[in-house]
Amino acid sequence: MNIFSQAWALLMADPARVGNALWTHILLSACALLIGALVAVPLGVRLALSKRSALLAINIANTGRTLPSLAVLALAMPLLGTGFLPSLVALSLLALPPILLNTYTGVRGVDAEVIDAARGMGMREAQITRRVRLPLAQPTIFSGLRIAAAQVISGATLAAYIGGGGLGEFITSGVAMMAVPQLLLGAIPATLLALGVDALFGRLQKFMTPKGLA
Amino acid sequence: MKWLMNNWDQVIKALGEHIFVSGSALLLAFAVSLPLGIWAARSNRVMTIALGISGVLYTIPTMALLALLIPIVGLGKTNAILAMVMFSLMILIRNVATGIREVPADVVDAARGMGMNTAQVLRRIELPLAAPVIVAGLRVAAVTVISITVVAAFVNAGGLGDIIFSGMSSDHSAKIWVGALTACLLSVLVDVSLHAVENRLRKGAV
Repeated sequence: MNIFSQAWALLMADPARVGNALWTHILLSACALLIGALVAVPLGVRLALSKRSALLAINIANTGRTLPSLAVLALAMPLLGTGFLPSLVALSLLALPPILLNTYTGVRGVDAEVIDAARGMGMREAQITRRVRLPLAQPTIFSGLRIAAAQVISGATLAAYIGGGGLGEFITSGVAMMAVPQLLLGAIPATLLALGVDALFGRLQKFMTPKGLA
Repeated sequence: MKWLMNNWDQVIKALGEHIFVSGSALLLAFAVSLPLGIWAARSNRVMTIALGISGVLYTIPTMALLALLIPIVGLGKTNAILAMVMFSLMILIRNVATGIREVPADVVDAARGMGMNTAQVLRRIELPLAAPVIVAGLRVAAVTVISITVVAAFVNAGGLGDIIFSGMSSDHSAKIWVGALTACLLSVLVDVSLHAVENRLRKGAV
């Protein structure tokens, strides 16, 4: 019997176990992405609009992007303990830099003439941001979300090490016992989840791009 | 701090191992990506296929990719390096190809007009002008590879991840701090130095 049919048998023996891990994984990733977006998008817009150069914040975000995911997750342990919440905090932090940087670049990249035209039409600053800057920056912001989503789903497999649950649990226990079918039970769904979400974002990106920008 | 004082040799050894594994992976990935990137710069079809396949590899969660390689190559450094090469292909191929594509067509024309053949144009015109973009790709890939090496300790590839994992499993905070901060420091340092190289190349290219 090959390892795939063994993994399949293992899955069928207790489908709820894999289902629960998958659900925790999705919940952890989705919450982290949501928190990341809720913090990073407004912050990115504000930084892009600020007269003073936002260089410091952008440099911090750039540095944040270089930090190894596992190092960030591991540090959550001495600082916050183990479990779902520390994992969520660490993953949200990992989601911030790509969203922040893309929002900043997207909003900064809006053509100055377009802003002038909007101002000439009598729009107020808040209206310009909401009706001109954000729609024009949307594709860039969206690709930041897509990068962050892939990173968070990947990072969530590491959350198993600090008791955050998720599909990583099957991988860690499978490696510890050198049981290949067991680790496939985590690795295959995690891969499919990452690819599926990425494809979904790709679709949404096409679908949501404002008319006239495509 | 006390733990670091008593075990600094262990940290240095792990750091050395980390640099070795990351460095070999980066070198190997670059050796694969350079010809593929040049080819992709010449043909849209190759570009689409290469970016499609490497993009899928890039999206697979790190730990899942390492785990999926276990039935094929087992545990150890080979597994880790292979995973890192697969992971960094997308970044490197994309940057090599876009770097070459961004070389102004009239510059290439002028070089041809001076009697250079394709190989000469590539070596003396296109690659030097694409260098800043290629180094930018190397920089992102280097940081990615350093990050993966931390995780790769779980497939027995060694490196700083070893210290982090042993700290996590024995709830030894000092080990976690030392391992994690050293890894962060390494990637920030590599990022900053490659950024400096990139900037210097950009200035030279203008």
